[in-house]
Amino acid sequence: MAGITVLDAARVRKDFPFFARGLIYLDSAATTHKPAMVLDAMRKFYEQSNANVHRGIYSLTEEATQAYEGARKKIAAFIGASPREIVFVRNATEAINLVAQSWGGVNVGKDDAILLTEMEHHSNIVPWQMLAKKAQAKVSYVPITEIGELHKNSALHALKQKPKIFAFTHVSNVLGTINPAKELVAEAHKEGVPVLIDASQSVPHMPVNVKDLDCDFMVFSGHKMFGPFGVGVLYAKRELLEKMEPVQGGGDMIKQVTFEGASWNEVPWKFEAGTPNVAGVVGLGSAVDYLRSLGMENVWKHEQELVKYAYDKMKKDDVITIYGPENRGGVISFNLGDMHAHDVSTVLDQLQVCVRSGHHCAQPLMERLGVSATARISFGPYNTKEDVDAFLAALQKAKKVFRL
Amino acid sequence: MIDDMYQEVILDYYRNPRNKGVLPHADIVSVDANTSCGDEITMQVLVKDGFVGNIRFYGKGCAISQAASSMLTEYALGKPLEEVAKFNKEVMLGLINIPISCMRLKCALLGLKVLKLGVLQYVNNHLSAEQLAEWKSNQFGDKDDY
Repeated sequence: MAGITVLDAARVRKDFPFFARGLIYLDSAATTHKPAMVLDAMRKFYEQSNANVHRGIYSLTEEATQAYEGARKKIAAFIGASPREIVFVRNATEAINLVAQSWGGVNVGKDDAILLTEMEHHSNIVPWQMLAKKAQAKVSYVPITEIGELHKNSALHALKQKPKIFAFTHVSNVLGTINPAKELVAEAHKEGVPVLIDASQSVPHMPVNVKDLDCDFMVFSGHKMFGPFGVGVLYAKRELLEKMEPVQGGGDMIKQVTFEGASWNEVPWKFEAGTPNVAGVVGLGSAVDYLRSLGMENVWKHEQELVKYAYDKMKKDDVITIYGPENRGGVISFNLGDMHAHDVSTVLDQLQVCVRSGHHCAQPLMERLGVSATARISFGPYNTKEDVDAFLAALQKAKKVFRL
Repeated sequence: MIDDMYQEVILDYYRNPRNKGVLPHADIVSVDANTSCGDEITMQVLVKDGFVGNIRFYGKGCAISQAASSMLTEYALGKPLEEVAKFNKEVMLGLINIPISCMRLKCALLGLKVLKLGVLQYVNNHLSAEQLAEWKSNQFGDKDDY
């Protein structure tokens, strides 16, 4: 007997014009759909308030600036940060690159260690490898257990070696594993190690508070949280931002420029060179309003209900291999018999069910799991049990096509 | 549509691939991957008097890329390299003979791409500059095909 749904997904669905297409969309870990209010907010900005920000004296520019900075305040409040600790970038990837280049460029040197985990997305691996190559540092990875959880003792041991930074994902985009972020931050801080959390798969789906977690850096992408493409967020503790050098120069990030040189603007603007994606930021602010109206606890509970429902049914099928622990975020990676994940996805696509297949930008993890690819479903607040049922029925069809 | 794409013959080649494995002392070893999906194919050819004396492939990927590569090795066996270099998209699609969506076309063509790259490289290393120029002008007129 299913419990009372905490969120009326059928109603939530009506907020998203996309679903008029009638597709079963199970790929919110890749990107989410956008509620009408987000699209309206961006359209309204362009139609009524469009002007460049932080420039000009006329009142329209002030209006645009207020829309932009107002969104920063909303996003800051949403994760328990102060607005001056929120830097707008293109996406989580750019945020990690910024930290690796700016903070890492100064604080990571020869023979230093950068600590990551085996379950990271390429975005939380490659920027660090690039830094390590430049600084002659080394990258090491906390292993995962057989069931796909972080090997905690290994993490504690690695932290005792005093790496320069520990960067890990809050929720794995492949395994769904929910890492004990608060505990890991506390352990890292005991050793004086600063922490970056990749919250791309957590901020859109559960309550997240940077003050509670006490992380030093946090990154996430707007398009994975019902906002537009092209806007992402770097959160960093104010004192860290103050010490960091900008990685891009140009307009808006300066205080004063002479023929000889320049001095930097205050944080966070010194990291936002050039005209920013103003309408995108406004859209992300609106997405935060939308998520708040649903309530993050409700979103989390709803997606937990869905993932448990799907997991239990899939677990009963001997042909299905599920990767990752039972206790997980709204993500299930799996394989079907000897079918390649792309073939699974192709068959499901024909039945109007959108699931991701491939390496999920986590090739080292695939190697660790001993597979070349997996298929993956992931949920958003607009998904229903009917979506899961349609997916499960499509899996049966896929089995039939492949004589499994 | 789906049942057309995954016909018995495709599944058979996927599960029982012909010419799959390592070919010792191969003259041509060519490897490439579809970066977006991670499929990877290695083609190996033993060249005998300008002909494909023996050929094997190995790799990982979907039913389409594996079956297509296997079928291609069967088709190429015994043919002159010059002819192999002329294989194009139509040849490959003719071999697998199933409806292929745009998204999956690159799966079907991966083995062909790898084989042709390998043959080109081999020819590059084994012909004089003049022969090569003539060979190239004959073989690689159509840039849209691999």
